[in-house]
Amino acid sequence: MHDTGAVVFQASGLKRFYQMGEVTIQALRGVDLELHAGELVVMLGASGSGKSTLLNILGGLDSPSEGTLVYSPAASRHARTSAPSGEAGLDLARANQRDLTRFRRHHVGFVFQFYNLISSLTARENVAVVTDICHDPMPPEEALALVGLEHRLDHFPSQLSGGEQQRVAIARAVAKQPDVLLCDEPTGALDFRTGIRVLEVLEQVNRDTRTTVAIITHNEVIGEMADRIIRLRDGRVDQLQVNERRRKPQELRW
Amino acid sequence: MQTLDRKLYRDLWRLKGQALAIAMVIASGVMTLVMAITMLDSLTSARDRFYASHHFADIFVQVKRAPLGLLESLQRIEGVNLIEPRVLASVRLSVPGFGDPVRGKLVSLPDGRQPLLNQLHLIEGSLPEPGRDDQVVVSDAFAEAHDLTVGDSLEAIINGRHTRLTLSGIGLSPEFLYQVAPTDLMPDYQRYAVLWMNHRALSQAYAMEGAFNSLTLTLQAGAREDDVIDALDQALERYGAIGARTRHDQQSHRFIEEELNQQRITATVLPTIFLAVSAFLLNVVMGRIVQTQREQLAVLKAFGYRDMELARHYGLLAAAIVLLGWAIGVLLGTWAASGLAGIYLEYFRFPEMRSTLPAWALALSLLVSLLAALGGTWHAVWRAVSRPPAEAMRPPAPHRFRRSWLERLLPAPLLGSEGRIVLRNLARHPAKAGFSVLGIALSAGLLMIGAYQLAAVDRMIDQQYRQVLQMDIELIFNESTPARAAGELRHLPGVLAVETWRQVPVTLVHEHRQYRTSLLGMAQEPGLRQVLDEQSQPQRLPEAGVMLTRYLAEVLDARVGDELEVEIMEGRRQRVSLPLTALVDEPLGMGAYLRRDTLNALLQEGPAISGAWLLVDAARTTELHAALWELPGVASIGMLTEAEQGIRDYLDETILMVAIIFIAIASSIAFGVVYNNARIAFAERARELATLQVLGYTRAEVSRILLGEIALLTLVAIPPGWIIGVFFSHLLHQAFSHDLFRIPLVFTPQAFGFAALGVLAASLVVGMLVYRRLGRLDKIRVLKAVE
Repeated sequence: MHDTGAVVFQASGLKRFYQMGEVTIQALRGVDLELHAGELVVMLGASGSGKSTLLNILGGLDSPSEGTLVYSPAASRHARTSAPSGEAGLDLARANQRDLTRFRRHHVGFVFQFYNLISSLTARENVAVVTDICHDPMPPEEALALVGLEHRLDHFPSQLSGGEQQRVAIARAVAKQPDVLLCDEPTGALDFRTGIRVLEVLEQVNRDTRTTVAIITHNEVIGEMADRIIRLRDGRVDQLQVNERRRKPQELRW
Repeated sequence: MQTLDRKLYRDLWRLKGQALAIAMVIASGVMTLVMAITMLDSLTSARDRFYASHHFADIFVQVKRAPLGLLESLQRIEGVNLIEPRVLASVRLSVPGFGDPVRGKLVSLPDGRQPLLNQLHLIEGSLPEPGRDDQVVVSDAFAEAHDLTVGDSLEAIINGRHTRLTLSGIGLSPEFLYQVAPTDLMPDYQRYAVLWMNHRALSQAYAMEGAFNSLTLTLQAGAREDDVIDALDQALERYGAIGARTRHDQQSHRFIEEELNQQRITATVLPTIFLAVSAFLLNVVMGRIVQTQREQLAVLKAFGYRDMELARHYGLLAAAIVLLGWAIGVLLGTWAASGLAGIYLEYFRFPEMRSTLPAWALALSLLVSLLAALGGTWHAVWRAVSRPPAEAMRPPAPHRFRRSWLERLLPAPLLGSEGRIVLRNLARHPAKAGFSVLGIALSAGLLMIGAYQLAAVDRMIDQQYRQVLQMDIELIFNESTPARAAGELRHLPGVLAVETWRQVPVTLVHEHRQYRTSLLGMAQEPGLRQVLDEQSQPQRLPEAGVMLTRYLAEVLDARVGDELEVEIMEGRRQRVSLPLTALVDEPLGMGAYLRRDTLNALLQEGPAISGAWLLVDAARTTELHAALWELPGVASIGMLTEAEQGIRDYLDETILMVAIIFIAIASSIAFGVVYNNARIAFAERARELATLQVLGYTRAEVSRILLGEIALLTLVAIPPGWIIGVFFSHLLHQAFSHDLFRIPLVFTPQAFGFAALGVLAASLVVGMLVYRRLGRLDKIRVLKAVE
C-alpha cells in the first residue's frame, strides 16, 4: 500500500542545530526520508529523538540548518485545484516565511497534543477559522460530522471534553482538505478510550480522503495502525518498518 | 528573602515596557502636582516676602482731591495702622528712538525718602533727591524694554505741560507686580510705564499742592476691614472718593490671585486624574502578573513563605514602578516649574523668586502615588496570596465564552473570525474593557481641553479686539472736555473717524447686591466700540436706560426690565434709577453702557466727553503720533492694535508651551492604557495567535485580532472622550469666569478632531509595537506549552 502513492515529501540530509547559549544542540543529524501520497505513517521515538523537530520542519514551522526537503504538490491529491504553478517541487529548506505561510495555509493540516483551539470561538467557528482562508475547503459542518461532532457545532471549547476538543482540532485540520495531516502526540493528553476514538477518526480520514497522515508519538502501540513506522533516535532515522497489515485502532490496547 | 528580591528585579526587567508606560502616567500626575505646588509655593512666598518687606498696603482709596489736613482725622479711624497720602497722575511719555506714544502712571514719593507703604525695591540708582522736580524712578520692566539706565531722560507731558524727566533709579513696587495699563489685559512694557517722583514736584505739576488724590493704609491686627472702609468712604465722600478698595480689588494683586487659583486647580484636578488611571493600570498589570505566576506562588507557599512575605514581594514590584514614575515626575515637574518661573518673572515683577520644591510636596506626591498604587494593587495581590497552595497549583479553569449581544447586531460575514474573537474577548472582561475605554476617554478629554483652551483664548481675543474694540487708538483726556473738542481730532493727519465717549465711576445697586464699575456713555450706534448681543451682533444703545455686561447682570442678579440704582461717584454724586434694557456679551471687564446724551443729562452737564476713539490710516502713524504728542489735554494714548499684538505674542510663547506639555502628558495616559492592554492581550492570546499562524494565517491577518481590539477600544472611547472633554471645558469655563475676563465656551471641530486624532495616534504607535512583537513570537515554543 505504501509504495503505491507518489512521493509527497523527499527529505535528504536534513540537519537542524539549535544554539542554546553556548551549547549547540543537534536535534537532527541527517535525516533521509520519503512520505508518499495517501499513506499513514507513525514516527516513533523517545523524547529528544528529534521527532518533533522533524514534524515542525515537514509542516513549515521550522527550517532545517542543512539538507533539502522537497514538497511535490503535483503528487498530491489536490494538485489540480490548490497548487499555484510556482509551487511545483517547492524546497521547504529554502523557502522564505511568506512561502512557508502559504504552504501551511493551503497544504498542511495540524493536530496538536493540547488541541490549541481558540477558546473564544465555537466548534464550528474554530473550523471556520481555517476554511475562511483556504481554497476549496469542505463546509465546517461536514468536517465536524466527519469526526462525529455534528451535534456539538455551537459549543465553546470550555463546554467540550478533551476528546471532543481534539476531534474539533482534527476537523479543523481536515476541513481545508490538506495534502498532508501532521499530528503531534494527538492522544498525548487523552485517556485510553478517548485516544482510541481520536485515532479512529484519523484512520478514517486517511482511508476516506486519501490524505497523507503523519503521526508522531512515543506510544509504540500506535505504530501498529500505520502503513509504515519510522523510528527516530538521536536525530537520525534508526529504522524503517513496513506493516503488512494495518491494525484497526479499535484493536489497539495500551 | 534575597532570592525573592532577585526574582523581583527580573520580573521588573521582563516587564520593562509596561512598567515604563505606567511609570509615565504616574510621572505625568506627579509632574503636574510638583509643577503646580512649586509654582504656588514660589509665587506665594515671593509675593508674601515682597509684600511684607516693602509694606504693601491693605486698603487703597482714590479721591478727586482732599486736603492733607484731613489726614489727622483719618488716622483716628479705628483699625487704621499706617496711613499715607499721595498723588497719582497720568503721564504721557516719549522715549527717544521709539515712535509710539507711551502711557504712564506717576506715583508720588515723600520727598527724599521711601514711603511708609508700597516701598520701592531699587534695582539701580537711587530715589529722587529731595527738592528735585525732574527726577524719577521708573519701573524695571519699562527700563528693560527700552534699555534705559540711570541718567537717561524722557520727554513727558503731565497735565498738559511738557517736562523733561531724568532717571535717578530703576525699581519695583509690591503695588505693581503685574504692570498692566488700566484697560489692558496683558502687560505691554514698551507702552506702559510706572514712575515715581517727589511729592512736592508732582503735586505742583498736577495742581495738587497741599492735597492728595490717593490714600494707602494698613490695618491694625484684628481690625474689621469693612468698618474701616465704611468710615473712610464716609469721611472722604465729599472729596470725590470713588470708594475704598481692598487688596482684592487692587489690579496687580488680583491678577496674581487669579494665577494662584489656576495653579490650585491644576494641583488638584490633573494629578487626581493621572493617579487614578495609573491605579487602574497597576491593578490590571499586577492582576495579570499574579495570574501567570500562580503556580510559582503556590510553590513558594508550599515551601513555607508567609502570605505577608509574598504580598510584600508583589507590593515591592508595584512600589518600584511607582518610585520610578515618581522620580521621573519630580524631575520633569522641577524642570517645568523652572521654565514656568522664568515666564512668570517676565509678567510678575518680583525682586526675586526662588522656585524650590518644598519637601512636603515631595512627600505628598510620593504618598499620593503610593496610595494610588496600593489601591490598584492590593486586591490582585491579596486574592492570589490568600489562596490555599493546592488550589493555586491547579491550572485555572478554562475561560468561558459566550456570544455577545453586540454580535447579534452585526451580520456574521461582516465580522469574520477575527472580529468574533475580538468581540468575545472584550465581552469576557467587560469591567476591564470598560476601564480601558474610560482611561482612553479621559485622555481624549484632556486633549480636548488642551485644544479648548487654545481655541477659547483665541476666540476671546478675537471678540475683544476684532469685534468689541474696533478703534485703533483710545485717547483719554485729563478731565471732561466739551464735545466740540472732537472736531479738532478729526483734522489730525491720518484720522479716518472719531467717536467720543463719556465715562464716570459709579456703584450699581440691585436689591442687596452692588458692584463698583463705570458708566460708559457712547453714541447711539457706536461704530468703533461695539456692544454685542448673544449672537455677537452689534446692538443699538437704548433711548433711556442702561445695558450691562451679562456677567455683571448675573453678579447683580438683575434681569432685563429691572430697575438699577446708580450712585455716581463723581461731581454732585447723584443717585438715579435706570432700567436695565439689554445685556451685552463681551469677554473682558464689567461694563455698563448707555447713550452719552443720557449720561450727560444724568450728570446735569452739557455735552461733555472723557475721551475719544480714533480709526486711523496705518500709513500715517508717525505723523499722527507727532500731532497727538502736541495735544495738551490728552492724559493717555492707548494703542489697541499693539495691545492685541502683545497679547498674541504672549500666548504664542506661553500657552503654546503649556499646551504642548499638556498634550504630552495627556497622550501618556492613552499610550499607557492602550499599551498595557495590548501587551496583556498579547500575553493572554499568544497561544491562539501562534496557533493561527501555524494554521496558515499571515502576520497581518493575525495582528488584526490584537490591532482590532486596540482599534475598537479606541474608537469606542472617542465619543465618551468628547463628552468628558465638553464637561471639563465647562468646568474650566466656570473656573475662569470672573470680573476680569471670561473664557468663552467654544467647541471647534478642531478640538473634537484633535482629541480623536491624539488617541488614535497613541493607539497607532502601540499597534506598531505590537505588530513588531508578533513577528518575534516563537510559534513552536508557545504551542508546546500547556494552557
